[in-house]
Amino acid sequence: MRDFSNAYIFRFSAIMIIIVAVLLSGAAMLLQPLQQKNVEIEKKKSILASINIESTRKNAETLYDKYIKKTLIIDAQGNEIQGENAFKIDMKEEMSKPVNERKLPVYFGVLDNGGQKVIVPLQGKGLWGPIYGYISFNEDYKTVYGATFNHDKETPGLGAEIATRDFQKQFQGKTIFDKNGKFISILVKKGGAIPGSPNEVDAISGGTLTSKGLQVMLQDCLSDYVPWFNKQMKK
Amino acid sequence: MAKDSEPLFSSKNLKLLTDPLNNKNPITVQVLGICSALAITVKLKPAIVMTLSVMVVLAVSNVVISALRKSIPPRIRIIVQLVVIATMVILVDQFLKAFAYDVSKQLSVFVGLIITNCIIMGRLEAFAMANKPWPAFLDGIGNASGYGIILIIVAFFRELLGSGTLLGYPVLEKTGLYNIGYENNGLMILPPMALITIGIIIWIQRAKNRSLIEE
Repeated sequence: MRDFSNAYIFRFSAIMIIIVAVLLSGAAMLLQPLQQKNVEIEKKKSILASINIESTRKNAETLYDKYIKKTLIIDAQGNEIQGENAFKIDMKEEMSKPVNERKLPVYFGVLDNGGQKVIVPLQGKGLWGPIYGYISFNEDYKTVYGATFNHDKETPGLGAEIATRDFQKQFQGKTIFDKNGKFISILVKKGGAIPGSPNEVDAISGGTLTSKGLQVMLQDCLSDYVPWFNKQMKK
Repeated sequence: MAKDSEPLFSSKNLKLLTDPLNNKNPITVQVLGICSALAITVKLKPAIVMTLSVMVVLAVSNVVISALRKSIPPRIRIIVQLVVIATMVILVDQFLKAFAYDVSKQLSVFVGLIITNCIIMGRLEAFAMANKPWPAFLDGIGNASGYGIILIIVAFFRELLGSGTLLGYPVLEKTGLYNIGYENNGLMILPPMALITIGIIIWIQRAKNRSLIEE
């Protein structure tokens, strides 16, 4: 191989970097609308999944418009906030704010049989990256109707199992308040929940840290909604 | 180096495709790239998609480096190789996100980690820098297949014995094994079992082909 001068090396690297930069930014710009659309569809799919409606990527948008009738934004004191689109709120951003400044979206779903469900988003940390999901409640604002979770980077077969229907089904019928009406969230218990317990579900074997993250996520996110839930229950 | 008149699939070129599947397997013989082999072999589907992604990245990077091999200054060749690999990986990731969102979600971080897969750097440095684009392309496909076949074998056993499913389909439930007291082996889904499974494959391979055994 022949020897290359320093000037050549600089020229070579400069040209290489320009080509790569153009290529990557071009691809990012061209593909961004498609990717954003995918993320939006995914969000609608998850919201639907939390009220136990299975959708595909194709029909998610039509089903979303059919079942999700109303959205609302509240703050952590339980007051309504006007004038913003709840769907556009980024929970990751909101959860990094102090509790009092958070804007919390609420979605209302109406089922085919007329049953009203309240859906709230969840956002937390797993073992390797963010975990998120939606949980829906019956009209009593206590009993879980359905839940769905997802993740970015959890280990396949271990922590990633939180995204499976079998794990999520456990949450149905659980309650986030104890007998005296105090908020206690839902415990994700290693070694198995006590059978029949209304506040516990089984953790994932081999996915202990993700399970713990999930429990913290439920505790943190739901506690922000408790004041509003309490107000609604009194109505 | 191959002559210009050499047929596209000469026996020498075909060897580039088949050798990595067996006697020059990147995982079991060269013991490269086992980090990702541990991470994504719990389920069969991510293993297959990972194999395809590695194949695209390796084949294209091999061709690009091989085409540029005479103009790449040797002093910065490793950097150039890394830039090419990283660019390819980011492109694959972006395309998956736009056109195969579900798959990209399954693979998550591991697509990004292709950049650090030693097999790719190894092939660029050892083969593409000294050969023409066509043999480099075949070498890329061959090595990615050699990597993939081990991944898929390991994932097959780990998913079957660990979760009782294949590609998410509950095969063992259908056979009725659970009714006579069979249980899934939880150890299979933990990372150490990937190493042990690869170890067993290496053992079998070397027992069959004694020339692979080191002094």
